[in-house]
Amino acid sequence: MRHLEQNLMSYFQGNTVGVEGQARVGPGNERGLGGNWPRPRVGHKRIQYLHLVAPLWNGGTRGIRGMSSAVAPEGNQSKWGKLLQFLADRFYDVEALREYLFQKQVSKIHQKNRSFTYIKERYGPYVAGAYFILKQGGAVKFQGKEWIRSSGRGHYSLEFLNFQATPVEAVDASGCAINYQGLDNLLALKELQSLQLQRCPHVDDWCLSRLYQLADSLQELSLAGCPRISERGLACLHHLQKLRRLDISDLPAVSSPGLTRILVEEMLPNCEVLGAEWTEGLKLGPEKQSRGTASPIPA
Amino acid sequence: MLRGALRFRAKPGLLGRGLNTRKGGSTLDWAGKVPEIKKKIQSFLPGGDWNPLYDTSHLPPERTDVVIVGGGVLGLSVAYWLKRLEKQRGAIQVLVVERDHTYSRASTGLSVGGIRQQFSLPENIQLSLFSVDFLRNINDYLAVVDNPPLDLQFNPSGYLLLASEKSAAMMENNVKVQRQEGAKVCLMSPEQLQNKFPWINTEGVALASYGLEGEGWFDPWCLLQGLQRKIQSMGVVFCRGEVTRFVSSSSHMETMSGEEVTLKRIHEVHVKMDHSLEYQPVECAIVINAAGAWSGQIAELAGIGRGPPGTLQGTKLPVEPRKRYVYLWHCPQGPGLETPLVADSSGAYFRREGLGNNYLGGCSPTEEEEPDPGNLEVDHDFFQDKVWPHLAQRVPAFENLKVRSAWAGYYDYNTFDQNGVVGPHPLVVNMYFATGFSGHGLQQAPAVGRAVAELVLEGHFQTINLSSFLFSRFYLGEKVKEHNIF
Repeated sequence: MRHLEQNLMSYFQGNTVGVEGQARVGPGNERGLGGNWPRPRVGHKRIQYLHLVAPLWNGGTRGIRGMSSAVAPEGNQSKWGKLLQFLADRFYDVEALREYLFQKQVSKIHQKNRSFTYIKERYGPYVAGAYFILKQGGAVKFQGKEWIRSSGRGHYSLEFLNFQATPVEAVDASGCAINYQGLDNLLALKELQSLQLQRCPHVDDWCLSRLYQLADSLQELSLAGCPRISERGLACLHHLQKLRRLDISDLPAVSSPGLTRILVEEMLPNCEVLGAEWTEGLKLGPEKQSRGTASPIPA
Repeated sequence: MLRGALRFRAKPGLLGRGLNTRKGGSTLDWAGKVPEIKKKIQSFLPGGDWNPLYDTSHLPPERTDVVIVGGGVLGLSVAYWLKRLEKQRGAIQVLVVERDHTYSRASTGLSVGGIRQQFSLPENIQLSLFSVDFLRNINDYLAVVDNPPLDLQFNPSGYLLLASEKSAAMMENNVKVQRQEGAKVCLMSPEQLQNKFPWINTEGVALASYGLEGEGWFDPWCLLQGLQRKIQSMGVVFCRGEVTRFVSSSSHMETMSGEEVTLKRIHEVHVKMDHSLEYQPVECAIVINAAGAWSGQIAELAGIGRGPPGTLQGTKLPVEPRKRYVYLWHCPQGPGLETPLVADSSGAYFRREGLGNNYLGGCSPTEEEEPDPGNLEVDHDFFQDKVWPHLAQRVPAFENLKVRSAWAGYYDYNTFDQNGVVGPHPLVVNMYFATGFSGHGLQQAPAVGRAVAELVLEGHFQTINLSSFLFSRFYLGEKVKEHNIF
C-alpha cells in the first residue's frame, strides 16, 4: 500500500527535475493562455504577462518535489501521470489533493526535524542530539565509546541514554533528512569533532552558514554528494579554522569545482580538501594544449 | 455555427478597427485555427472580455478591489500577501499596474541585492529578520505546482561594518539592539579583524560589527520572478500601463476638537496604455502606492501635498529618486572567498561577485554631490575620485584593479529620515504607502508586504508593528532616523 501511495504521490507531484531546455519551463507554459482550453474558473482575466528573464534553473539541484519521486525525468511520466496533471489543471479537487499530498510530505520532513525539548531538558543536549540522529537513521559516536548505529529497520540500542555527561565526538548523518531546523539539535553538540553530511538531500547553503557555532571543535567535515550545496555555502566555512579534513566531492550545484577547490584551499590553509579535482572543471583540449601546460619552455 | 460567430465578430465595429481580419482566405489551417476559435467563443461567453463595440482585451478590468501602482518587489510582495492572507479564496481582486514591463529603471533589478540585520531601529531589524526567514523558505511560500523551485543564489557571507572612533559608541549600541531582537551579530576589535581578514587595512577602524548568520546577498531578479509567477497563479491581474489620474470624492468632516478637515476617497484610477492615448478607468476600493522612486509623483496625482505648507494637507510625500552608481571591477589579488559585504566608515562598500575575483561596490554621494536623477547615465569619474581612494585605503590589494562595467539605479529616497513610509494617508483615506525605503527596500520587501496586507485586511499591524513608519510623522516632525544607511 505504501508503494502505491508513493507512486500516486510521485504522479501527483508531476514532473519536477530541471533538465535544461525542458519544454515545460518558460512563459508559454503558464496555464490558461496559449492553445489550451481555459479552465472553468470565473472572473479573472489574464490580461498581459510581464515577461521577465527566463527562469534561472540550476540544473543540478533537484527541488523538494524532486526528492519525492524515485526517478523523475520527463520521459518517465506515463500517461497516468499526464492524465492526472491534465485533471489537476482543470479541477479544483484534484489540484487540492495534489497540494495536500505535497503538504503532507513537507510536514513529514518538518516532523523529522522537530526539536526534542523534553529530551534535551531531561537528558541533556548530547543525548538529545544522539537521539535525533539515530531516529533519522544515522550513527553517533560518544567520546570513548563505540559507534552506535541504527539498524536498517530503525532500531537502535538505548544505552546512550546513560551517557548524559559524555560529549558526542562524531556524527554520521549520511543520507538523513536533516534540514535547517534540525541542525539545531546538532549545533548543541559543542565538542563535535567529525561531521559527515554525505548525500543529505536537504542540507543547503543556509545550513552551512550555521556551522560557525561548531568552529571551536570541528575537525572533519564531509559534504560529498549533497545536491543543494554550492560554492556560496562553502564560503561560510571559513569560520571553521580548526578544520583539518573537508570533503567536497561530487557537489552537482557547484559551478566550477576546480576553481572552487582552489579558493577553498586558500580560505582554509590548514585544511586538507578532498574531492573537486582541479581537472574536473577543465575540458581536455587537443594534444598541443596539454603539452603547453606540462612543460613551460620559453619559445 | 462557428463560421457565423466568426463573421459576427469580424464586422467592423464602431471605431472601424478590424477585429480578427480574415487573412487572404487561402488554405484552411485547421490545427492553427482551432485555438483561435476557442478563444473567440470563450470571449463572448459570460465572464469573457468581449465587448461588442471594440476589442478591450488589452485593457485592465473595469473594476477591481485593490490597485497596486508599481510592479516592483514591494508591489508584488503586497499583492502576494493580500492574496495569501485573504479570508476566502478569491475574495480580493488585485490589479498590479506597472508601466515598464522590462523593469529597465526599476530599483529592484538594478539593486546590489544585499540583506542585513545590522540596523539601528528595532523595526528595521525585525523586518529584515522576517525577510531572511521568507527568503530561506522561499520555496514553501512561492511554490507553484509543476514549476521548478527557485534558486535565489544566496551568499550567506554576512556584512562587515567598520566604524571609526566617533561612531564606535553608536555601533556598540546598535549591536546591542540587534542582539536583543535576535540578530546574530558579533563585535570585533581591530586585532581580531586583522586576524580574520588579513587583507583589510585596519588603520582608522576602532570597531567592526560582523553578521554571522542571515546576512548576505542574493539575486533580486529571482525573487521578483518567483513572486510574479506565484501571484499569477493566485489570480492577480497584471496590467502594463501608467497611472495618469485619480478620480476621487471629498467629504468635509470635523475632528473631535472642532477643526474642519477634508477627507478624500479615491474612486477610480485612470490607467493609460503604452504608446497610445487610450486609458481605462478602473474602479477600485484601495490604492497602494508602491511606485518606488516615482511615488512622490503618484502621491501628487492624488492631491497629497496640495495645500498651505505646514498643514497636514500641505505635507507632501518626501520620496524622490536619487541616483546611485554601482561599479563592477576585477582585481586579481583581491580578497578571497570568505569576503563579506564590507561597508567602510567612509560610506564606500564592496562585495565579491562570483568565483572570478570580480567585485561590486560603490559609495553614497554626499548631499552636495548628488547626481541629477533625470537619467541613468554612469559617471565614471565618481569612481576615480570618490570610491577608489577609500577602497584602496581600506583594502590595499584594490590599488590595482580594473573597472569592468558600471550601472546606475534609483533609491526611492525618503528625504525626511531615510526610512520607509508604510500605511494609509490620514486625509486620502484609501491610499496606502509602501515606499521610501531609501536603498533597503529589497531586503525588507517580504515583511513590508505582509504589514501592508495586514493593514488593508485587518486594519492594524499584526506581526510587526510599524506604527512609527506611518505618514503622519512627516506632519508631526517626528524623525525615525536610521543610522546605518549607506
